[in-house]
Amino acid sequence: MSEEKVSKLKDYLTSYLFIIPAVLLFSVFSIYPIFKILQLSLLKWDGISLYPKFVGLKNFIEVIKDKIWWKSFLNAGIITLLALTVQNALALVLAIIVDKDIRAGEIYRVIFYIPPVLSGIVVGLIWNWIYNYDYGFLNHFLEVIGLGGLKRAWLSDPKLALFSVAVVHMWKGFGWGFIIFLAGLQTIPRNLYEAAQIDGATPWKTFLHVVVPMMRPVFFLVSILTILGTMQIYDIIVATTGGGPGYATEVPITRILSSMLGSSRFGYACAEGLIFGVVLLAVSLIQLRISAMMRNE
Amino acid sequence: MIYIFLISLFFITSCAKKTEEREIVIWHWMTDREDAFSRLAQEFMVERGIKVKFELYAPSEVYSQKVRAAAQTNTLPDIFGILGSPRDFASFIKAGFVEDLTMYMEENNGKWKNSFYPQAIETVSFKDGNMYGVKPGIYGIPIDMMNIQMICNTEILKKAGIEKIPETWEEYVDAGRKLKKKGINVFVSGWGEVWLLEAMATSFAFNIMGPEKVFNTFKGEVPYTDPDWIKVFSLFDTMRKEGLFIKDSITMVNKTAEQMFANGRSAFTFNGSWCINVYKGMNPNLKYSPCLLPKVNRGNPVYIWGGSGSWFVVNSKSKYKKEAIEFLKWLTSSQQQKFLTEETMNLPSNKDAAEKLKGLLKEFALGMKYVTHPNFWPVHETPEVIEKFDKGIQLILIGKKTPFQVAKELDKYKKEQLKE
Amino acid sequence: MSKILLKARFEKVKVILVSHLICILVTIACIFPLVWMVSSSLKTQETVFKDFSLIPKSPHFKNYLIAIKEANFGIYFLNSVFYTATVVLAIIFLSSMAAYAFSRLRFPLRSVFYIMLISTMMIPIPGIFIALYVLLNKLHLINTRIGYILCQINAGLPLSIFLFKTFMDKIPKELEEAAKVDGCNKFQIYWKIVFPLSRPTLGVIAIFNTLAVWNEYLLAMLVFSDKSLMPLQRGLMVFYGSHLTQYPLLMAGLTITTIPVLIVYFFMHRYIVSGIIAGALKG
Repeated sequence: MSEEKVSKLKDYLTSYLFIIPAVLLFSVFSIYPIFKILQLSLLKWDGISLYPKFVGLKNFIEVIKDKIWWKSFLNAGIITLLALTVQNALALVLAIIVDKDIRAGEIYRVIFYIPPVLSGIVVGLIWNWIYNYDYGFLNHFLEVIGLGGLKRAWLSDPKLALFSVAVVHMWKGFGWGFIIFLAGLQTIPRNLYEAAQIDGATPWKTFLHVVVPMMRPVFFLVSILTILGTMQIYDIIVATTGGGPGYATEVPITRILSSMLGSSRFGYACAEGLIFGVVLLAVSLIQLRISAMMRNE
Repeated sequence: MIYIFLISLFFITSCAKKTEEREIVIWHWMTDREDAFSRLAQEFMVERGIKVKFELYAPSEVYSQKVRAAAQTNTLPDIFGILGSPRDFASFIKAGFVEDLTMYMEENNGKWKNSFYPQAIETVSFKDGNMYGVKPGIYGIPIDMMNIQMICNTEILKKAGIEKIPETWEEYVDAGRKLKKKGINVFVSGWGEVWLLEAMATSFAFNIMGPEKVFNTFKGEVPYTDPDWIKVFSLFDTMRKEGLFIKDSITMVNKTAEQMFANGRSAFTFNGSWCINVYKGMNPNLKYSPCLLPKVNRGNPVYIWGGSGSWFVVNSKSKYKKEAIEFLKWLTSSQQQKFLTEETMNLPSNKDAAEKLKGLLKEFALGMKYVTHPNFWPVHETPEVIEKFDKGIQLILIGKKTPFQVAKELDKYKKEQLKE
Repeated sequence: MSKILLKARFEKVKVILVSHLICILVTIACIFPLVWMVSSSLKTQETVFKDFSLIPKSPHFKNYLIAIKEANFGIYFLNSVFYTATVVLAIIFLSSMAAYAFSRLRFPLRSVFYIMLISTMMIPIPGIFIALYVLLNKLHLINTRIGYILCQINAGLPLSIFLFKTFMDKIPKELEEAAKVDGCNKFQIYWKIVFPLSRPTLGVIAIFNTLAVWNEYLLAMLVFSDKSLMPLQRGLMVFYGSHLTQYPLLMAGLTITTIPVLIVYFFMHRYIVSGIIAGALKG
């Protein structure tokens, strides 16, 4: 072996040292479960019996044929779309405001992080009360301001339930985006703003020409995290509507849980989980690709 | 530095101990009984010299996952409870995790067995010719009883001028109309947890068509489009048309429904006997009374869901089977059962302990005469059809589908399933 | 001239006013549940859903004492602090190292490893708990602190690596080039240049993971059987039964468990800001 090759090999080996701990953990604690899920997805298994029956791809075929499964996808997709736009816009606006005057924004910074920190139990209790038809805050408020005609059963009306749930999700989630946006904004050198100001740029122009280009990777990051986080929403749904009325607020994870714990079909649930994972993985990879392409532009 | 010291300290403390002594380990999910159980364990230690360790894993979804995981690795404790459908129970037995207790129950002319409510025993047994092929026998030890029925706020009814608690469906609808006219909410329930909806609908079905016909439907011999089933679904349609429930009951969690009923926001609710303790905490002055379920078919008896609420099984591979059974015998004897009832307000499974019940506990205990439970039934609907059934009723309640549409879809789905 | 200036000033005031208005509205929406939680913790089971006033007439501060005693918060609190500190520190080091390699170094199969490591954040594994239980049992790590900690580190890594890498890609490479010329090796560059420059990200990751580990409950229930090993959330469950919930005590317990996270967040967030200032000065 030539000396050059040896030194290159050494270079590779020392590089691997950086990722070895993570890879080791992954191969022990992630590969086994993933492998297990793959195996189970080919079985008809109730989670108990010691001799599950091999059924091949039957579970996958059934999942793909299940209309309600795809409806749950659509529901999660709608919430995701709302989160991507409304929730992230709010997070960005707040981050920009706080970023302008970071010292004064100190209180806000803590306050905006309260919803993510709050226990799901409190979130469920509070929002169930706000939306309650009989004595809820929202209906009461509407009556007080003379809009009693708009009183609704916010969580039981099939047309509204999904949006009501989406509001809770966005309220709970915007704090995450806010933190990441703020961290991103803080890495923009201040002198760029000053330069823009000297050039007489309006705030909007400064935003377009200074903030947006600098923040592009952060936008991608937040949008990927929003998609992953929102598509996997379930605790808020369990605490408010339980997936109902009918199938109006069913999402993939509630479906997976009900297959697994509700009807004891573990193999089927694993097939659902795999299909869901593959879709999310594909979406994320496409996004990463686009982001990489835009960076090289 | 301090941190490293702490780390080492923690690891040292975690690996020590592990001595061999006679100790029965019990897994359960009953948060409300944690305290009472640990006191009983202490008492048992003093009395018999056997150590009992109760380990609580809650909420119940986590508990049932833990039990399944432990089953896969053969690390189940000496005594545990099984949550889930009769199908799951049967699966645990068939996989050999659960000890057949028939022999112990039948000892001394069935002394132990006869100390329980017959319905309690029925909840934990498999009969001859059951659809899962489980060897007939008794496989569990009931530690309490429960039933799920209609409950009315007697104070509100009186105020609205309703003297007689409705017994038939017509009377109930009439009472509902009267209440509505006075601006009082008629009914609230945690239908968002669909099993409550299922309990209510199947109880009505038992009354309307009798148990045999319901079972025959499960077997696939009677279609869901049968007029009797349409009648069951129509009850919910009537409730919607007449506005006989608080609108967001359809997706409500039961805890919210309990909170509303406890605070007098509704005249009726549909809930289980565990509610005694819940209502007592939230409103000790609440005047209410269980009132079974309105009869739709006057010729048939009323049915409500009920049976043993929680029960334990003995691990067939346990080292301390004998001790475990001894403890369970002790736990279900009259004195301990009385203690548990006093502490947690659950109905006892022991008949003697039940005789001296007072007040609401007694009223609920009277309902035990009318109970039925999936664990008693010889056949069961598949979980997939049950889900379609529950969701279908929700769709009727929001007015998106008619009873006939739901029945037709169910029938179609059921037939597809039967083909497979 | 002065007119234009005045107009500009007016515009500025308007912007400030509008921004504060937005912030205040959002603040109300965020702070209300917290206030409700604290106020409910001072009520009784009877009044909690009856008396809607935010400041209870006769506050029951005793609830806190009862909650601490009944929930056994003493041991659980120490456990939780230990788990959180260990897991978060480990995640920060392991993920920043891996992210550095993915962002800066060139080696075969780089992107394959990267995708593999971050993929688990996209695949929800149903029944992962059962699989993990079986695995830990095989490794004899069931009912041990180390098993619980390793699982949690592994769970936190994907997101952290992803975040670290995204932000590291943004750090200018000039400094490293200079260090390389000075004869620094990879580890020195990582430790002395890239890691300090990543402090803002580090703050974000610390915040995210602290919350996740502090609130973790399901895995703990599955892994542990010894009460003495369990985290804080186990204590809370005493008040949250399948039928009976003791609301005021639960709220008192939740208040006690929520506040430390907010404090950590407060300090970590300062770290984000000061980190940036330090980084900017060096740059």
